[in-house]
Amino acid sequence: MATRLKDTDVVVIGLGAAGGVAALPLAQAGLDVIGLEAGAWLTRRDFAPDELRNNFRGWPQGVQKANQEIPTSRATASSPTLPRGTIHPMQNAVGGTTLHYWAQSWRLNPWDFKVVSDTTKRYGASRIPKGSTVADWPFALEELEPYYDKVEYEVGVSGQAGNVGGTIDPRGNRFEGPRKRGYPMPPLRSTEFLEKMTAAARSLGWHPFPGPAAVNSRTYQNRSGCMYHGFCNRGGCHVDAKNSTAVTTIPRAQATGRLKVVTRAHVTTIEVGGDGRVAGVNYLTDGVEYFQPARVVLLASFTYENTRLLLLSKSKAFPNGLSNNHGQVGRHYFSHHQGAPVSALFPFDLKSWYGLPAQGVAVDNWADDNFDHSGLDFIGGGNLWAMSDRRPIAAAGMNTFGRVPAWGSQWKAFVKENADRSHSSYIQKTTLPYEDNYLDLDPEVKDPLGFPVCRVTGEFKENERKIAAFTQDKMEQWYRAAGAVAIVRAPVGGAMGVSTHAYGGTRMGDNAETNVVDRYGFSHEAPNLGILGASVMGTSGAHNPTLTVQALAWRTADHLIRNWKTIRGTA
Amino acid sequence: MTFISRRDLLMRAAAIGAVGRPFQGRHADGDRADPRDDLGDSEGVALPSREPQAREPLEHLTAEEADLLDAVVARLIPADANGPGAREAHAAHYIDRALGGALAASRPAYASGLAALDRYSRSSRGKKFTELAPIDQDSVLIDVETGAATGFAGGSAAFFALVLNHTHQGTFGDPYYGGNANFVGWDLIGYPGIRTMVTAADQQKLERNELKTNHKSAYDYESFVKSSARAGDAHEGGSPRRSSRAGAKAGA
Repeated sequence: MATRLKDTDVVVIGLGAAGGVAALPLAQAGLDVIGLEAGAWLTRRDFAPDELRNNFRGWPQGVQKANQEIPTSRATASSPTLPRGTIHPMQNAVGGTTLHYWAQSWRLNPWDFKVVSDTTKRYGASRIPKGSTVADWPFALEELEPYYDKVEYEVGVSGQAGNVGGTIDPRGNRFEGPRKRGYPMPPLRSTEFLEKMTAAARSLGWHPFPGPAAVNSRTYQNRSGCMYHGFCNRGGCHVDAKNSTAVTTIPRAQATGRLKVVTRAHVTTIEVGGDGRVAGVNYLTDGVEYFQPARVVLLASFTYENTRLLLLSKSKAFPNGLSNNHGQVGRHYFSHHQGAPVSALFPFDLKSWYGLPAQGVAVDNWADDNFDHSGLDFIGGGNLWAMSDRRPIAAAGMNTFGRVPAWGSQWKAFVKENADRSHSSYIQKTTLPYEDNYLDLDPEVKDPLGFPVCRVTGEFKENERKIAAFTQDKMEQWYRAAGAVAIVRAPVGGAMGVSTHAYGGTRMGDNAETNVVDRYGFSHEAPNLGILGASVMGTSGAHNPTLTVQALAWRTADHLIRNWKTIRGTA
Repeated sequence: MTFISRRDLLMRAAAIGAVGRPFQGRHADGDRADPRDDLGDSEGVALPSREPQAREPLEHLTAEEADLLDAVVARLIPADANGPGAREAHAAHYIDRALGGALAASRPAYASGLAALDRYSRSSRGKKFTELAPIDQDSVLIDVETGAATGFAGGSAAFFALVLNHTHQGTFGDPYYGGNANFVGWDLIGYPGIRTMVTAADQQKLERNELKTNHKSAYDYESFVKSSARAGDAHEGGSPRRSSRAGAKAGA
């Protein structure tokens, strides 16, 4: 029998990128918030510059609940199940994956919010790929702009604005939507190689600019600027210069006295009352069961766990899982086609041992609808990103460009000369939802508690593969212009697998028949259940999701505060 | 209170590891030596000795398994004109230690794969792998790499990929874990070393080839091994902030 805890206003499931942000406005508004986090607090002393631990061993210093419930995956409903990974892409800890993510903090571009209507207007409805369930967002970028702005300043983002109030600044991204003001911090510093890439892009007539990062480029809010030591990629920050929610919004929410953080809380189900409203959350700590009653529940785990928890939370009112009476939980799933990189070999050292993946130069000319697709056979595009990121084990594992075997003296001579001469691009591509890509519960594989894990059924379709090939051409062109002497392209497409950029499953939209949450992030079916995370996003754009996730989380919290009496109900 | 720093332990381990490896003696103090002395000087690099070598105690592999693994890693990244290789980095020692920890799941694969390699070498080349000439060892390993070697559960290519991956970890990973002895792996690829702060001036020095290589493990930095946090001491040059998480907790 679970111990029934004292009632609270709001319980947030997961204190990561989304929940960690939402907690702040709620606490500041005077609501009592309990944050249930499966992981523990990690601090600067846990963040050693240790490639083995960060990049090969999955952060063993934290007990990872997520590693016990890694989703299974397959390309299609009739494909075999793929080998299951051993490390979950996301992290359980206060601050979640914002502790070790790359911290690229992009706004989506205006087109991403209205893919269907804009495409139809410019090219005709026939250009929407067959089988895609893509829909316009229920609002445009302008609606989210104030929240992007809020998060950029509260969390702290470095960058160069490209469009302030409609005035284009050529130093920034000319394709971004209008913003109220610039970033609170200038961009991260450049390097000789990044300058070379910038000049090469300009020589092609493109518009390169430094990308935005939730990393301090100088002291901000009394936290240090970045030390550029080179272990930011899946590494936490030893000086708290990476603006995870663990060092920004969560401590600020705690300082109000209204947020109680409960660590090592393993949430099992969301409880539904006889009235069809959510009543609270069941969780386990060290095998002991607790029930945390709450007026409002905000589900803020990662995309896979958001879907899984809903499907596992069955009740009389929701026999097929919470908020799933229209069968939409798990639908409209997709993960970013962020693979298929292009690797380049240069005839000179890049000097990129020190840096971070968020330090780099971007090109948005081939993203979204920033170029004319009239003569093309796909919609959308990709953001080209050249970053400064290298560590020794990964460097030794470099592509050998077909020049030498993978081991032995020849290989050794090759890596001795070239370990600092290769570069691999990061290209994030428009990825759409399709009817037959979805999440559900695996019929066989279970976590240690006996609950089924999430199952991913998904593959990149023709539109994504065409974007991948197109952007690889552009990337090769860029590398060649910068002096690359050899290029290797990774294969495009394939199964989606388990991803750090996983979207959908609880999509946001006005129509309750095709979406799980409304335009504010609250369930169409259980009115006091809000859902945070990329699971509500219906399009990916060509940029990292986190800032959008955080802006949406703030907006959902804001809506809850403004409508507290209505949403909390009378119970 | 007696305090032996990890750095001291590492230095001792490095010194012990160098016993019986005369070509490494000059690297025993590699932490302070100019790394540029370690590379590009082929005169100073001897070929692997055939004499029995002192090595760290084995924690998980049998002596036979360790001999065989050591012989394999010595071919994957051989000592040659470009400097010491995986044997000199103590990659086999790294793997042996890790098989009781982070790589424990691979212990059965090593038992089975090494036994299969021994059998395959005897049956196809008529000798134990460790007794073959380097060129014949390479030819056996090519069979293993391409999946042509018989008798491997799950295929020989998978075993080869596993060993190569772990050999990279043991050669290019942080020396704290028992490999990359005397920083030979990092020196090979020209890694300028672990720092906790890289200023713009440092980056410019690196770009001018003037940045001095820093031979340090992550755990030579006190910030990651100290037993309690003090305000502002986690790094050089950073700003001080609250002394502990407890100070920020809400009084709920």
